[in-house]
Amino acid sequence: MARITAGVTTSHVPAIGAALDLGKTADPYWQPVFKGYEFSKRWIAEHMPDVVVLVYNDHASAFSLELIPTFAIGCADSFAPADEGWGPRPVPVVQGHPELAWHIAQSTILDEFDMTIVNRMDVDHGLTVPLSLMFGQPAAWPCRVIPLAVNVVQYPPPTGNRCYNLGHAIRKAVESYPEDLKVMVWGTGGMSHQLQGPRAGLINREFDTAFLDGLTSDPEGLARIPHVDYVREAGSEGIELVMWLIMRGALSRNAREIHRFYHVPASNTAVGHLILENPP
Amino acid sequence: MTSYNEAFKDIPGTVVFDATQSRLGYHLNMFCMSLMKADNRAAFKADERAYLARFPMTEAQRDAVLARDYNRMIALGGNIYFLAKIGASDGFSFQNLASKMTGVAEEDYRAMMIAGGRPAQGNRSRTDPAR
Repeated sequence: MARITAGVTTSHVPAIGAALDLGKTADPYWQPVFKGYEFSKRWIAEHMPDVVVLVYNDHASAFSLELIPTFAIGCADSFAPADEGWGPRPVPVVQGHPELAWHIAQSTILDEFDMTIVNRMDVDHGLTVPLSLMFGQPAAWPCRVIPLAVNVVQYPPPTGNRCYNLGHAIRKAVESYPEDLKVMVWGTGGMSHQLQGPRAGLINREFDTAFLDGLTSDPEGLARIPHVDYVREAGSEGIELVMWLIMRGALSRNAREIHRFYHVPASNTAVGHLILENPP
Repeated sequence: MTSYNEAFKDIPGTVVFDATQSRLGYHLNMFCMSLMKADNRAAFKADERAYLARFPMTEAQRDAVLARDYNRMIALGGNIYFLAKIGASDGFSFQNLASKMTGVAEEDYRAMMIAGGRPAQGNRSRTDPAR
């Protein structure tokens, strides 16, 4: 049977992708950011998943205002990097896992989560920057990826509690898939940041630290945080943190934190990164 | 539902992209979306006003785009992820846009971020500025 081995959370700042693509990783500004992922790259090489369910948000790339799905699962064979206004990132095409993706779609829909099924979708920095941070710059990504896009652009986004419960449903789906696959769930975005208006640049280390702590010890408490508290405490784009709760809900309650990294800033954003392992 | 939307209005310097803003800014944001295609970026660059005339936006929205007044565009329904495509077409980083929206020089904005960013303390509430 398929099983969820671990979860990863990470920010997905576009400037991190640009720094990698332009060969700036050794710059004094960027060096501390990439250093925080050195352990993670070694760890994932030793624990390579067959499939990553990668929870992210589209930033007006695949979805405009014409169609705004709250939860959308990519069931295609592959997903091309999106042109976000400066040409597509020079990264490999993402290979999907349609069989598992359709299985998760069916299982979660029957579990009363109304997933949108996507058969054609370009993927933007929200998805490709986490892959770059964890896998570096390979000629092809070393595992299959199922994109799971969450609306956090148009209000209201899903509640933290809904995201946490969707994580539970994803775990149930994966564990009922007959093939023997190692699956990871990644939750991306955050941490505190605000990109808009006169309050742009807001960072809240205390909130972020409490969120990192709570993700292991008190996910139910985090799942109760209302949207207004994310915006007030973590900035308008800090709302992306609800996506981390999908990852958390997909892991065991007694999952263990094995790596943590926090750094301010990457461009406008506080970078946060965790690896949680399920018990064997 | 009213109280859900109203609660965000206490947060200073922030516009939440709710149903009202989304309806107001639909065509402005869809113009931004069009800039994801290289041909459209070239057409916009060649004659900005003529390109903007293709979209049924208000004159105030067009003027805000031409002036690259991002705070005004947000007030008129623009969403920052869509508006960022204008900045990208202009060849500017997100930090450059942020410096414009916060009214400080880009170097000063960058220095503020390196020093830990804008603190939450004092920036949480319009009604309780000390919070």
